[in-house]
Amino acid sequence: MTSPPATSLGEPNFTAILFFFAFIAATLAITYWAARRTKTTEEFFAAGRAIGGRQNGFALAGDYMSAASFLGIAGLVSLSGFDGLIYSTGWLVGWPVVLFLIAEPLRNLGKYTFADVVSFRLRQTPVRVAAAVGTLAVVAFYLIAQMVGAGNLIKLMFGISYELAVVVVGVVMLAYVLFGGMIATTWVQIVKAVLLLFGAALLCVLTLAQFDFNPSALFAKAAETYGRDVLAPGAQVANPWDTISLGLALMFGTAGLPHILMRFYTVPDAKAARQSVFWATGLIGAFYLMTFVLGFGAMVLVGREAITAIDKGGNMAAPLLAEALGGTGLLGFIAAVAFATILAVVAGLTLSGAAALSHDLWVSVHRKGDAPREEQLLVARAATVVLGIVAILLGIIFKGQNVAFMVGLAFAVAASGNFPALVLSIFWRGFTTWGAVASIVTGTVASLLLIAVSPTIMMDLSGAESALFPLKNPAIVTIPLGFAVGVLVSLLAPETSAREAYDAKERRMIMGAE
Amino acid sequence: MSDDVRALARARWRVALGLSALVFALYFGFIFAVAFAKEAMAVEIVPGLSIGILAGALVIVGAWITTWIYVAWANAHFDVKLSALNGKGAKR
Repeated sequence: MTSPPATSLGEPNFTAILFFFAFIAATLAITYWAARRTKTTEEFFAAGRAIGGRQNGFALAGDYMSAASFLGIAGLVSLSGFDGLIYSTGWLVGWPVVLFLIAEPLRNLGKYTFADVVSFRLRQTPVRVAAAVGTLAVVAFYLIAQMVGAGNLIKLMFGISYELAVVVVGVVMLAYVLFGGMIATTWVQIVKAVLLLFGAALLCVLTLAQFDFNPSALFAKAAETYGRDVLAPGAQVANPWDTISLGLALMFGTAGLPHILMRFYTVPDAKAARQSVFWATGLIGAFYLMTFVLGFGAMVLVGREAITAIDKGGNMAAPLLAEALGGTGLLGFIAAVAFATILAVVAGLTLSGAAALSHDLWVSVHRKGDAPREEQLLVARAATVVLGIVAILLGIIFKGQNVAFMVGLAFAVAASGNFPALVLSIFWRGFTTWGAVASIVTGTVASLLLIAVSPTIMMDLSGAESALFPLKNPAIVTIPLGFAVGVLVSLLAPETSAREAYDAKERRMIMGAE
Repeated sequence: MSDDVRALARARWRVALGLSALVFALYFGFIFAVAFAKEAMAVEIVPGLSIGILAGALVIVGAWITTWIYVAWANAHFDVKLSALNGKGAKR
C-alpha cells in the first residue's frame, strides 16, 4: 500500500472557497425569494403547509443527517470498524417508529410544535411550559454539538479561527431563518440533502472502483491491514448493557426531536406526512449504508494514522478520503458539502426552538392563545434572533466539547423527556395534565442527572475511580421511567374532562381538522 | 358514525403497533447479538463480509421494507375507508 500523500487540509482551498460561495449565494437567493412569501406565522413556522410529501422527505433527510452522521460515523468506522455501524443502523430505525406512531397524528392534531399534540385536551399552561423546557433542552444540546462541530470543521478546512467559524455559521443561518423562515429553511435542507447524498455516492463509487465494485473486497482489505477485529463488535461495546441503552436512545430519540417533528406541519395533510417519512427513510437509509463504505474506505485508502494525525476523533476521515480519491478539487467539494450540512441542521434547530419560545410560551401561555397576528410574527422573529445569538455563544463557550457526547445527550433527553409524553397523549385516554408534566420533567431531569454521574462525566472528565451510575447512556432506565411516571401520576389523579375529550381527539387524529 | 371512526382508529393502531414491534425486534435482535454474541458476529460468510456487517445492512433493509408495508397498507386500506367516512360526513 502506498503511503497517503500529505494533506492540504487546513490551507485555503480554491475549490472549497468556490463551492462555499456558490452555496451561500444560491441559498441567500432562495432566502430572498422565500422572504417575499413569508408574511404570516403559518408561513414562518410551517411554510404555509404547502410543501409536497417528497419535498418534505428530502427536507427531513437534510434536517436529520448532521455533521455527526456524515463526519462522525465515517470517522468512527474508519477508526473502530464495525462498532461505528451501531450508530448507522440506530439512527435509521427511529424513522419507522416516527412513521407508524407519530407522523400522521401529529399532522392532524397540531399547528407548529409537539406541545400542540401533548396539550390537546389537557390544561394548556402547565403542559406547554413543560414541553417547551423539554424542547429547549434538546435544542440546546443539539445546537452545542452542531456549533462546536462546525467551528472545528471550518477551522480545519478553511484555516480560519474557531470563533470566527462559529460566528459565520451563526450569522448565515440567522439570515436564512429570520428572513426566509420555514420556506427558506426547507429549501436549504433540500439542497443540502441532494448535495450530501451526491457527495457520499460519488465517494462510494470512487472507493468501490478500486475494489472491482465489491464491498466485501474492501472489508477484506481492511481486515488484512488492521486485523479481523475490525469486522466484529469490539472495544466500543465493552459493556453490553451500555450498547443496549444506546440503541434505545437512538431508536426512540428520533421520535422526540423537536426540529424533526416540526417538519410534519409543513405538508398539507396526514397522507403527505406519511409519504414524507417514506422518502426520508429511503434516503437516510441509503446514506447510512454508504457510511459503511466511506468508513472502511477511509481506513484502507487513507490509513488510521493519517486520519488521527489530523483529528484524534477521526472526524476528518471523509474529507481525507475525498482528497485521496480526487485530490484537492474533490476535497473542496466535500468540505463545502459538510458546511452546508451543518447550516441546514442548525437552521432547523433554531426554528424549532423559536417555535417553542414564541408559540408555546409567549402566545399560548403568556397571551392565553390570543395574540394579534403581527405580534405573533414579531415574537417569532425576536425568538429566532435570541436563539441565533445563544447558538453562537454556546458554540464559543463549549469549545473543545466532545460532539458525539452532546448528540448522545440530546437523543437521551428527546427519548426520555419528549417521546413518552407524546406517545401517551396520542394513545391513552386516561393521560392527564399532571401526568404529562411529570413524564416530561422526570424524563428530562433523570437523563441529565444520570449523565452527570455517568462514567463519561465522572471518570473520563473528572478523573474519578468509579461512577455512581454504571452506564454512559441512561436511556434504558429513563425511557421506562418517563412512561411509568406519566402513567402513575395519571392513575393517581384522574382528569375527567381530559378523558371525555379523548373521543374528539381520536376523531381528529384520524379524520384531520375539518 | 363515531363507531366507524373508532374502528378505523383501532385498525390503524393494530397495524402501527405490530410493525413497531417488528422493527423493535429486528433492531434489538441485532443489538443483543452485537452485545452478547461477538464471536458469531465475527464469522465471515465470504472473505471480508462478516455476519455482523451483513446483519447491520439487513437492519436498514428491514426498516425500508416495514415502512413500505405500512405505506402500502395505509394507501390501499386506510385511505379508502377514510374517504368513505368523509363521504358519509359530507352527506350528513
